[in-house]
Amino acid sequence: MTEILYGVFVGPFRDMAGSPAFLVEVLLGGVATGLMYSLVALGFVLIFKASGVFNFAQGVMVLFAALTLVGLMERGVPVAVALVMTMAVMVGLAFLIERVVLRPLVNQEAIILFMATIGLNFFLEGFGEMVWGANVKKLDVGIPDRSFIVAGVQINQLEMSAAATAAVLVAILAVFFQRTRIGRALRAVADDHEAALSIGIPLKTIWLIVWSVAGLVAIVAGIMWGAKSGVQFSLSLVALKALPVLILGGFTSVPGAIVGGLIVGVGEKLGEVYWGPLVGGAIENWFAYVIALVFLLFRPQGLFGERIIERV
Amino acid sequence: MSAGNGMSRPILSVNNIEVIYDHVILVLRGVSLRVPEGGIVALLGANGAGKSTTLKAISGLLRTERGDVTKGSVELLGEPIHRKDPGEVVRRGIVQVMEGRHVFEHLTVEENLLTGAYTRCENAAARKDLDLVYTYFPRLVERRGFKAGYISGGEQQMLAIGRALMARPKLMLLDEPSMGLAPMLVQEIFEIVSRLNREEGVSLLLAEQNATIALRFAQYGYVMESGRIVLDGDAKTISENEDIKEFYLGLTGVGQRKSYRDVKHYRRRKRWLS
Repeated sequence: MTEILYGVFVGPFRDMAGSPAFLVEVLLGGVATGLMYSLVALGFVLIFKASGVFNFAQGVMVLFAALTLVGLMERGVPVAVALVMTMAVMVGLAFLIERVVLRPLVNQEAIILFMATIGLNFFLEGFGEMVWGANVKKLDVGIPDRSFIVAGVQINQLEMSAAATAAVLVAILAVFFQRTRIGRALRAVADDHEAALSIGIPLKTIWLIVWSVAGLVAIVAGIMWGAKSGVQFSLSLVALKALPVLILGGFTSVPGAIVGGLIVGVGEKLGEVYWGPLVGGAIENWFAYVIALVFLLFRPQGLFGERIIERV
Repeated sequence: MSAGNGMSRPILSVNNIEVIYDHVILVLRGVSLRVPEGGIVALLGANGAGKSTTLKAISGLLRTERGDVTKGSVELLGEPIHRKDPGEVVRRGIVQVMEGRHVFEHLTVEENLLTGAYTRCENAAARKDLDLVYTYFPRLVERRGFKAGYISGGEQQMLAIGRALMARPKLMLLDEPSMGLAPMLVQEIFEIVSRLNREEGVSLLLAEQNATIALRFAQYGYVMESGRIVLDGDAKTISENEDIKEFYLGLTGVGQRKSYRDVKHYRRRKRWLS
């Protein structure tokens, strides 16, 4: 009994204090992974915030973006050109989605739109496979996956670049949503489609903008994850890890997606390294879902989610 | 149906429109009405008479509900607008304040107002109009930083009207501004609205179940029933006509409802009147 208590409450902290450099390394690793979760979660938040649709296809959009980029590069297109072309493809996709899926479903229940995105999910998955093939591809964006040591702490260059990119992207989006006219209109549409229409906000344009932005975020997430673990169909499953991040941070909050991602990333790394051995490891795979479950019980709107306003 | 009321040229004329929902359900039949420039016109009638549908046919919001204007036309200053989408209608100068207020709950009061100016790209002018809205609705000043979902119902109604005003409309369509509000507040809101009409030159078309107050502020009135306009006339004439009050507006001389037998009798007489 005392052994278990020691293992849970004392041992890990003694290990942390014993080797601070290693602790910092673990934390950095956690932050880097966490920000990458955040990137995927961000795509969900953008679309949910602006159209009240939970986009089931976000994970596949990440995959599709990465596949398109790699596919173009494999055909000898230079990186920069391929990137621009991928952006064009994602914006085109947003345009098509608005035209074919969203416009006919204006003013329908959220659940109907959600199911439409499930269909979109399967379509994109099949379409991506048809066009680009199903084998695992290596994505090389020119950032070497090597580590160097600063003050006794090992730092991975690729992970740090990913983290920095994510941070910049988030800052831009936060300003966009809070301070600009279009950002305000996006939030207005999220609150009440019909009222937004009644004061002349064109839903078509707004939806085109959010889906495009979500597509661009998907490209960034796709590049980061693709560089880390190769472009393959399991990439669409990172969306599953984004779910606990969303539950933690709140579905409607950009900062929430970031903080949620960090908590999940850091939490699972720390858990894995220090508490993992107690249960034989592999905490990383389920830790996030446990946190999400706890949040659902005690704070269902998440850390930064909008309170559900009910009037009587 | 006579539409003349002697004032200036109409800013809005609705000519004999028919509205069909979902390609099959006929909800409006031959509705015609006119709003003179700078006037206040009341559209009266019971629940489900077609008042909201008429307003939505004008503002273009109808199509998001799978409704369609299949016959007739809606003209703003002589130009047909019934084929335009809502954004275009707002840009041309008609804004609808929807029934049930519909403020953006998670945006602050000020952000709500600023979104109202979406169709006008100039930011400086929007800031100036913000002050204008605050002078008409001083209650909103102290609430400017609050989330709109947390302010009172009366304040939300004011916010919805203020937000519409931010688009600088020539004509405002008000759908049941009195709904769910205390009589004192209703009075306050109607007074502000009629000041907007006098001082800012905004013409008004208001759909109301509360006929008493609507007719007190309007110059002209139309009465709807089952998707048709059954009567129109000067506000004064309508509010003084006992029969109209009885049949359509649910008001009796002594302020009480009569028994069903009387109603049946009146229903029969009504046919002769209309």
